[in-house]
Amino acid sequence: MSLEKSEVILRAEHISKSYGEKQVLQDISIHLKKGELVSLLGVSGSGKTTLFNVISGIISPDEGKVYLKDQDVTSAPGSISYMLQKDLLLPHKKMIDNVSLPLVLKGMKKEEAREKANPLFAEFGLEGTQYQYPSQLSGGMRQRAALLRTYLSSSGVALLDEPFSALDTLTKASVHKWYLDIMQHIDLSTLFITHDIDEAILLSDRIYILNGTPGTIKEEIVIKEEKPRAEDFALSEEFLEYKRRIISKL
Amino acid sequence: MCLPLKRKLPNITSKIPPVVAMAAILLLWQLVSISPVVPSYMLPSPIAVCQALFSDLPTILFHAKFTLLESFYGLMIGIGLAFIFATVMDCFRVMDQAFYPIMIITQTIPTIAIAPILVLWMGFGMAPKITLVVITTFFPITIGLLDGYKSVDQDAIRLMKAMGASRSQIFRHVKFPGALPQFFSGLKISASYAVVGAVVSEWLGGFNGLGVYMTRVKKAYAFDKMFAVIIFIVIISLLLLLAVNIVSRIAMPWLQVEKEKNHE
Repeated sequence: MSLEKSEVILRAEHISKSYGEKQVLQDISIHLKKGELVSLLGVSGSGKTTLFNVISGIISPDEGKVYLKDQDVTSAPGSISYMLQKDLLLPHKKMIDNVSLPLVLKGMKKEEAREKANPLFAEFGLEGTQYQYPSQLSGGMRQRAALLRTYLSSSGVALLDEPFSALDTLTKASVHKWYLDIMQHIDLSTLFITHDIDEAILLSDRIYILNGTPGTIKEEIVIKEEKPRAEDFALSEEFLEYKRRIISKL
Repeated sequence: MCLPLKRKLPNITSKIPPVVAMAAILLLWQLVSISPVVPSYMLPSPIAVCQALFSDLPTILFHAKFTLLESFYGLMIGIGLAFIFATVMDCFRVMDQAFYPIMIITQTIPTIAIAPILVLWMGFGMAPKITLVVITTFFPITIGLLDGYKSVDQDAIRLMKAMGASRSQIFRHVKFPGALPQFFSGLKISASYAVVGAVVSEWLGGFNGLGVYMTRVKKAYAFDKMFAVIIFIVIISLLLLLAVNIVSRIAMPWLQVEKEKNHE
């Protein structure tokens, strides 16, 4: 599938946001195409998380609009969910009810929501954990469940805010591979916050560099390397060239 | 089949020290009461207390019915009020600011001082007793619930908002279940206060109840009966605590699972 020709699924246009006197975001326009993984790369304090909160609808921008499949979803939470480093699974709910919670919140009956979530457990490598509590699962499994919940609540778009930053290097590599696989499998588009340059280059189709106070988009970099990417891509001359370019802009 | 046995073993061994300590105290008590140091009418022996308990059991049970009813009604109303107060205070900051200091002040009023006033206002029936139980029990539960609501992870609430949850949905799915452990800690304290609160208010006027019975046997200098009723009150307070424990286990099955996991 050629990503260049695929349709734009998510657009944020001319977003500005201030808290009191302090402007956090200034005229930010980004977009995400179907099936794409786009990273927002920036130093801490550049307004990445604020931008995510604007896109998910829980913060209203001072200016600008957010569109999901051409529908205006500015300040309207409920259409795009996100996932953090913390899995935020509710300890008192069984896994199946945790995962299907977004459907219940939208008014679906509990039983119906369970039926809809149930077949996805196998796909996310969680088969058999449906009626367990989150405390009975490993950290990695809980993180996958959190992604499954995001998937069920977000009509094909996932916002990920440094979800893998707590993992060690080896686990991270296998989680990256798993994530790219499942993304393709379930037709998910991802907007990804990270401060890890290597991770951004390895995973992304495009990278936005967010920088400065207030945060503005300094550069958009397209990673041309075809997916799935070879394991030694991280050691190649192209990789280093991308990295040099990014560092010079940060 | 081995596993449950393995789990039971430490349970039994952990119960040995308190049982031994209790037996030692009873033995010491028996020895002191039969020694010539203390006259036996002032300190009846444990055996005499047991005899008094059984011989007077019908009367004690008759009075206990009133005390238990007062405690139960008081505790239920206390829980209801605590729930309303804590929830409103959590929803509206201004209510929290307005009522928190007043709640603290109500707790500094000694119950024994307020009970006679309640009797003057409400008469000698059950009403002043129930009111006193409400006053003593509602505070620990309210504080438990308030702390519970506040302890909920703000990121979880933000995520619920992003998933389109309304305020009532956030309360139902996140805040209330999240506050349950603290609610039950508060309830355990309140349950043990409830019976004592009822008995204290019965001392100060009334027709029936364990407190009334206590004042009667006190006037007759029937020390054995006084000790008997004290022991009876201890037993029903413990039973009430046990009931709260059972309810909390049923209400929070996930905590049992976590505990079992930690034991493995």
